[in-house]
Amino acid sequence: MTLPAHVDVAIVGSGPAGLAAAIRLKALGIDSVTVLERDPTPGGVPQFCAHSPYGLREFHRLMRGPAYARRLVAQALAAGVTIHAGVTVTALHPGPRLSLTTPAGPTEITATRVLLATGVREASRVVRRIGGTKPGGILTTGALQRLVALGQPLPFRNPVILGTELVAFSAIMTCRSAGVTPSAMITRETGTTARWPTGLFPRLLGIPVHHRTSVAAINGRDRVTSVTLDSGQEMATDGVILTGQFRPDAALIRDSHLDWDDRTGGPVTDQTGRCSDPAYFAAGNLLRPVETAGWCWAEGGRIAESLTAPARATVPIHLNGDALAYVTPQRLAPGLPARLQLRVNRPWRGQLIVGATAHKIDSRPERRILIPVPALPDGATDITITLRKDA
Amino acid sequence: MVSSCANEPMPAALPDSSHDAAIIGAGVIGCAIARRLTLEGWKVAVLEKARDVLDGASKSNSAILHTGFDAPVGSLEQRCVAAGYAEYRAIHRRLNLPLIESGALVIAWSADQEAALPALMDQARANGVDVAPLTAAETRALEPGLGPGVAASFRVPGESLIDPWSAPHAYLLQAVENGATLLRDCTVTGGNFDQGWHLETTRGTIRARVTINAAGLYGDQIDQMLTGAMSFRIKPRKGQFIVYDKPAAALAGHVLLPVPTAVTKGVVICRTAYGNLLVGPTAEEQDDRETAALVPETLDALRLRGEEILPGLAGCDITAIYAGLRPATQFKDYQISKDAMRNYICVGGIRSTGLSSALGTAHYVHDLCADMVTATSLPDPAWPQMSNITQGLPRSCDAPDNGGIVCHCELVTRAEIAAALASPIAPQTLAGLKRMTRVTMGRCQGNYCAGEIAAMMARS
Repeated sequence: MTLPAHVDVAIVGSGPAGLAAAIRLKALGIDSVTVLERDPTPGGVPQFCAHSPYGLREFHRLMRGPAYARRLVAQALAAGVTIHAGVTVTALHPGPRLSLTTPAGPTEITATRVLLATGVREASRVVRRIGGTKPGGILTTGALQRLVALGQPLPFRNPVILGTELVAFSAIMTCRSAGVTPSAMITRETGTTARWPTGLFPRLLGIPVHHRTSVAAINGRDRVTSVTLDSGQEMATDGVILTGQFRPDAALIRDSHLDWDDRTGGPVTDQTGRCSDPAYFAAGNLLRPVETAGWCWAEGGRIAESLTAPARATVPIHLNGDALAYVTPQRLAPGLPARLQLRVNRPWRGQLIVGATAHKIDSRPERRILIPVPALPDGATDITITLRKDA
Repeated sequence: MVSSCANEPMPAALPDSSHDAAIIGAGVIGCAIARRLTLEGWKVAVLEKARDVLDGASKSNSAILHTGFDAPVGSLEQRCVAAGYAEYRAIHRRLNLPLIESGALVIAWSADQEAALPALMDQARANGVDVAPLTAAETRALEPGLGPGVAASFRVPGESLIDPWSAPHAYLLQAVENGATLLRDCTVTGGNFDQGWHLETTRGTIRARVTINAAGLYGDQIDQMLTGAMSFRIKPRKGQFIVYDKPAAALAGHVLLPVPTAVTKGVVICRTAYGNLLVGPTAEEQDDRETAALVPETLDALRLRGEEILPGLAGCDITAIYAGLRPATQFKDYQISKDAMRNYICVGGIRSTGLSSALGTAHYVHDLCADMVTATSLPDPAWPQMSNITQGLPRSCDAPDNGGIVCHCELVTRAEIAAALASPIAPQTLAGLKRMTRVTMGRCQGNYCAGEIAAMMARS
């Protein structure tokens, strides 16, 4: 299938956000909607998550990741969406114009609108500040899932799992499906980050969870032989799975003309998902780390509806309070209501003052906070968000 | 994963064939010597104990092609670096190897350091290297990203950036394509000289007229094993590095060098041929020859020093951290010696300039042993074309029919990986494939591509 020179909408990424947006755009009567996917097969991360729960919001039934991804892809194709897999977008330009690499070679495509939905990735070992050596047998959950999905043998039998976010439990399930038994979970937190009842899961499987612990060093030359904990204790293991600590996969944006927000790690957008170049939009986990597939699906559909709307002037949101990890969107278009999504970077009980309205906050870093904001009046120049602690 | 081949049966022993030279060690020096001797018409075997080449000191360095401006005048190191520099420039296009002529600035950050600059410039000129003094304002005009405190500098236009892995791979590949034999998983366990060498290895006996010890971090042990004496002692010196993500490369055009101390060239900041920015190395003596451990506290200090030099680094993402070991000895200079009675050449103590000097060191070694073997240089040797993995030359992803990108961070294509796996020196481990293609070396560190790469290696 050859790529057209121009399309109405080019969507970068075929995960739940990108496909949901594509399907909605076709329903809205957009003629040519093309999804560009760099993986050999479309469907995004759920393709590699061979476990539940997926699909409740979208298809009202409990599905495993691969079946869910196949269903979304089939739905998009049936709606008339064109999907090009194995195509890597290498640069974003004004226009919009996209530089691409395809299996046949480099090319370009222009579009009236571009929607970016490139998702998130887990933090590598570098970001986690782990010392020691660099032997084989250190994987993120993402890499682990892809190895298993492609039927490749895993480089360990009894790895330790770092982190207890929801994705850590995906790592456990993925390991077990491949006959690998994690020997321990290690987390800096005082409790399990994922909510009950998932937190009971490792205990049910007999996997010890070490709270308030971090890995100071990984040891071994060619293969992992042990990890050194921050207590100095050495724990024998043959592998390390790095889970969570997601960041948006925003390399394309950082190299482009689009504004980027170092708090979310994603593009600067308004409440309609529109970027600093009004012909570009963004949706899904690229906007912030990290939400479920169902959330991204809903967000992709919602933002698709804004793509054909005329651009509006936007005003900045000022943030007061260093406990605010991020707020998205980063700008607001007056005249339209919005819903702010934000997180704190440490447990916080107090007030969040948005413009003139105070909201009670009692939250932790792993929980999302949603704040509805009525439409700003036309002529508003900015809005300030302040996080205060209870006296 | 494919790299977990520890249980693989040992490769079959080789037929007991005879070679003109057995080179122990396939680091950058061993690879360059293999190339030189092969081109001179020798029948060469390269014995590497690891599963892949470039697995010791050569696997981590700062990827600079040095002019040798700061080497001691009259030293063997200076002579080899100057010759290696010249030959790299002469042959890089024929092998499709990059050369990014960034130039370097040696920067004084205090009055004391400024006072040391004239002597360093004199030394450079004595070594035949052009340098140009710069005032603080001139320095800042060239490198506006520099932090406060620059006193003065001098510019060394000839310092350049190269690819630290494709260069030695090219040397070895040219040797192999012209008849040399590469033996991996081949540890030398003993040897004796009687008319010729009989080297005992984990892959059987290797016979050779000449033995060349290029064993790097194990050079002294091989020396002891083969000659019964140790002409130097290896004192491994660890260097830790930080690699910043590609946007940081815009912060510095030149290689930024400090005024050196007696122990080390000091913390260098330079772009890499891959388009990243490198800060390092540290210089830490240790006994362990096998593992170079990363120490977060040391890396934090390195990061802070980097941010003093280039304040813009503070907002930049770190892609990778790595550590390597330099095969330093108790001597400052290279330790290259000849035992004419036993047809034995020892190439030791190639501390930290091996990448720059390798081709020159190889010439020096050939000059030392040319009388030991009668040979005629190849009239029309093959010149392999390396697949370029740097920003200096066109890349596979810019070419038709590249099969699509597998490693998205480093833009490595299916065609490049397939070519590496089909090469006469095809890597046997993921670590080897990384060095040959840069897969998984980017910002995601394999999150997206590790699965497909494992599948490609399993199929090959």
